[in-house]
Amino acid sequence: MSGVRVLVGTRKGAFILTADGKRERWDVSGPHFAGWEMYHLKGSPVDPNRLYASQCSGWFGQIIQRSDDGGKTWTQPGTPPGEQAAPGGPPKAESNKFVYDTSSETGKPLTTHQFYDGTQHPWEFKRVWHLEPSLNDPDTVYAGVEDAALFRSKDGGKSWQELSGLRGHGTGPQWQPGAGGMCLHTIVLDPSDPKRIFVAISAAGAFRSDDAGETWRPINRGLKSEFIPNPEAEVGHCVHRIAMHRSRPGVLFMQKHWDVMRSDNAGDLWREVSGNLPSDFGFVVDVHAHEPETIYVVPIKSDGEHFPPDGKLRVYRSRSGGNEWEALTKGLPQRDCYVNVLRDAMAVDSLDKCGIYFGTTGGQVYCSPDAGDNWTPIVRDLPAVLSVEVQTLA
Amino acid sequence: MIRVVLPAHLRGLAHIAGEVQVEIKGPVTQRSVVDALEANYPMLRGTIRDHVTQQRRPFLRFFACEEDLSHESPDAPLPAAVAAGKEPLLIVGAIAGG
Repeated sequence: MSGVRVLVGTRKGAFILTADGKRERWDVSGPHFAGWEMYHLKGSPVDPNRLYASQCSGWFGQIIQRSDDGGKTWTQPGTPPGEQAAPGGPPKAESNKFVYDTSSETGKPLTTHQFYDGTQHPWEFKRVWHLEPSLNDPDTVYAGVEDAALFRSKDGGKSWQELSGLRGHGTGPQWQPGAGGMCLHTIVLDPSDPKRIFVAISAAGAFRSDDAGETWRPINRGLKSEFIPNPEAEVGHCVHRIAMHRSRPGVLFMQKHWDVMRSDNAGDLWREVSGNLPSDFGFVVDVHAHEPETIYVVPIKSDGEHFPPDGKLRVYRSRSGGNEWEALTKGLPQRDCYVNVLRDAMAVDSLDKCGIYFGTTGGQVYCSPDAGDNWTPIVRDLPAVLSVEVQTLA
Repeated sequence: MIRVVLPAHLRGLAHIAGEVQVEIKGPVTQRSVVDALEANYPMLRGTIRDHVTQQRRPFLRFFACEEDLSHESPDAPLPAAVAAGKEPLLIVGAIAGG
């Protein structure tokens, strides 16, 4: 019987929630990596038992974990538990080594970006925000990191190389950190074209590669950001999240710092589709698994008040690809609710009916097994949720 | 054998319990002890000192024999009691409160 596995990253560990296709009764596993910040976990579309996880800490830095059995056991890629390196030999694992490419071969090894105070600041690796497994190779996985850059591993996470054409294409000195840091948080792979990759960076904007990550260009035309003096600015936009339906990879939906946006030409031009939303600030956006014009956002009051408008936690659904939105409230708290829903904390399954999931900074993970009509908390009291991903299992 | 006490999170990461013992050939220094730790437990690479700069991570300190050794040269000899295995080198994370 089909089922789902929900991968939840929190401030203090990871949790794995599983259910059968009815999505009524849940088993909760965890905390895995208790006490560590788990920014993101995601499974390979090719091999659902292959999971990657970003584990980090202000004390001990970045760790990459991998499971090959659906999250029952984990190891750092290349370092099986208890196995020791050869005496005097090189360590087996460099899975947590993210080193920016400063080689002359890149042509322009950028070393500075704009800092909060407007001065130029050197790139400094801090953490992995997002892991995006390849659509066709379980050993290939992309990592979006802070300070913003894109890395790729082709050996199951044992080693990482920067795709430095992104930082090196020329706009890097204009990138600047948002309040959460200067992070590359969104990686979208085009299922119809293995050479096409989209990424988004706060606060730089969206970028596209059409040659498997070698070269990049900004795709921010149509975005308006009041905090940028130049209304035609090519970069500097605080994009929060981009989503795509796999059947229409040229259509992108974006939740920007303010504004919900849509592009029908792979990011060449964006138009606003915020319509009747109570606030067009927010972090998440996602697309129904079977209806490419049905999209979801969770409006947040403002960038200064990171909680839902009026204390009501509402998911908004548009069945028209934007502009016309309906509030989905059944089962969600409609008073005194002041949680946030962070950018990687919404996901959809591909069952029929499509399930929608999101997690909150208050530690709830909600599930709607009917495309948003009805919601139930799977868990209520986890640490603050950083990310939610779901796998649909055969 | 040199005795080392790691923070709980790093013990979990390395799948060890209690103190760690490492054998050092040559001078017993912060650098040689961390080198030996990383050789025996590769999963600790990058967690005690930065991969690139090899600098001690800012939220970690080194103590031994009731002394803070964090700002000693990484190549300075550790106290004789540590080198003799009578006292452990303590690798301590900054406390987290609320």
